[in-house]
Amino acid sequence: MVWARSVPRAWRERLKRYRLVGGKCPACGSLVYPHRLVCPYCGHEGLEEVELPRRGKVISYTVIRHPPSEFKGLEPYVIAVVELEGGARVLAQLTDVEPGEVEVGMEVEAVLRRYREQGPDGVIEYGLKFRPVE
Amino acid sequence: MARVFIIGAGATRIGEHWDKSLRELATEALLAAVRDAGVDKRDLEAVYVGNMSSGALQGQEHLGSLIATWAGLAGVAAFKVEAACASGGAALHQAFLAVASGCYDCVAVVGVEKMTDALPHDVTASLVTAEDQEYVAFTGATFVGLNALVYRAYMAKYGVEQERVAEFAVHCHRMAVANPYAQFRREVSIEEVMSSPLIADPIRLLECAPVGDGAAALVLCSEDYLRRNPRDELVEIVGSAAATDVFSVHERRDMTTLAASRRAAEAALRQARVEPRDVDVLEVHDAFTILGVITLEDLGYAGRGEGWRLVCEGELEPGGRIPTNTMGGLKARGHPVGATGVYQAFDVVRQLRGEAGANQVEGAEVGVAQNLGGVAGTAVVHVFRRVR
Repeated sequence: MVWARSVPRAWRERLKRYRLVGGKCPACGSLVYPHRLVCPYCGHEGLEEVELPRRGKVISYTVIRHPPSEFKGLEPYVIAVVELEGGARVLAQLTDVEPGEVEVGMEVEAVLRRYREQGPDGVIEYGLKFRPVE
Repeated sequence: MARVFIIGAGATRIGEHWDKSLRELATEALLAAVRDAGVDKRDLEAVYVGNMSSGALQGQEHLGSLIATWAGLAGVAAFKVEAACASGGAALHQAFLAVASGCYDCVAVVGVEKMTDALPHDVTASLVTAEDQEYVAFTGATFVGLNALVYRAYMAKYGVEQERVAEFAVHCHRMAVANPYAQFRREVSIEEVMSSPLIADPIRLLECAPVGDGAAALVLCSEDYLRRNPRDELVEIVGSAAATDVFSVHERRDMTTLAASRRAAEAALRQARVEPRDVDVLEVHDAFTILGVITLEDLGYAGRGEGWRLVCEGELEPGGRIPTNTMGGLKARGHPVGATGVYQAFDVVRQLRGEAGANQVEGAEVGVAQNLGGVAGTAVVHVFRRVR
């Protein structure tokens, strides 16, 4: 682990992570995740807070076979770019699916899952992963 | 803006330098550049250090003062410049601006990275600090994995086979054989590349730039300084530009082109009054084969989805249409991350001075180096010209 353990950091991001709190730009119409003050595409200040749809499709994916320190032992796992309904894009792990079964265009939905531990004495961080829609 | 010249260049071989520390590598390269310039090191007014990961891998920040001290230059202005894998190019950009502004007459830039001090998983973790820690690294994505997302999107969009893109690695290894500074001076076949282990599907080990240690340095000066220290032949920095893109690659509407790279290249070439077809030698940031291929397209040397043709048809070799990574590129010369932008400039300078040995591009006058940070969240492009 190359970053400092931090409880406030995990606490601060919890709503955006658990509830897919994104931003809608009233100027250019873009939907972004996570929510923030300024639109990254047009620079408009004052994005509206929106809870993003929990369903989307896989745009691209990879299988991590050599993970960073805090994910050691969990490989192989799938990381995908998911385009949510409406167009916001999220990067997340896929779950409940074998790496060989993943396809571009696959329909997926968000589920709350455990992501990582901040070392043996740190907090356990949760977030949304995506699983194939039945 | 005042003119800026490169009067000295030096580097260490790239490799696993178990016996040398970060500060020793940086000092070695810096002093080599000063010796090459043939000037008194006390003429240096500032030192710009390009480095990405000293904080994570050595627990060491404040590199400006540290390296200035170890080089016997305590007293100068000195800073670390960080822009992930583009740290070296960013440091060179800052050094250029310092002389171009008229503020300094003689400065040095040194790029350095010491990666083999750490365990592989920790190096992997440090590399992904180039991306969003809260919403990207949090997921367990690696830096290789992010480039793999680009790779898959590119192959899907253009229907290009991986074997074609992977040829970029074969080319770079072939070029590195004659480069005494290169980490891997041996050829690889496309079969070896395609049967090497998967790191993050579809990217295979031999499509990735290696982990290594190294430092490269340049001495830059003004026209005034040159009048006092004349020489017959030298290299001028005629264009220097940096640009950014939306930080995280998955947030970009098109993942198969690098907007920061296009912007920086356009700006640097405009500043230099150089057209892409005037470029004799090109250094591109091929941290992964796919980035090399996309860059050839972004810089206008190939149509979309066609970059691989230049590689497969031998157009990147000396004598080809656009000689590229003629000293091995990131793939085979090596990629000590924060040093890379300076190594690229070092390689171009050797070409423009006619010191490139077996890989010399005859009569090379104009060279371009493109350095990327993250998955091109940052791009820095420099244009160099030989002057007499």
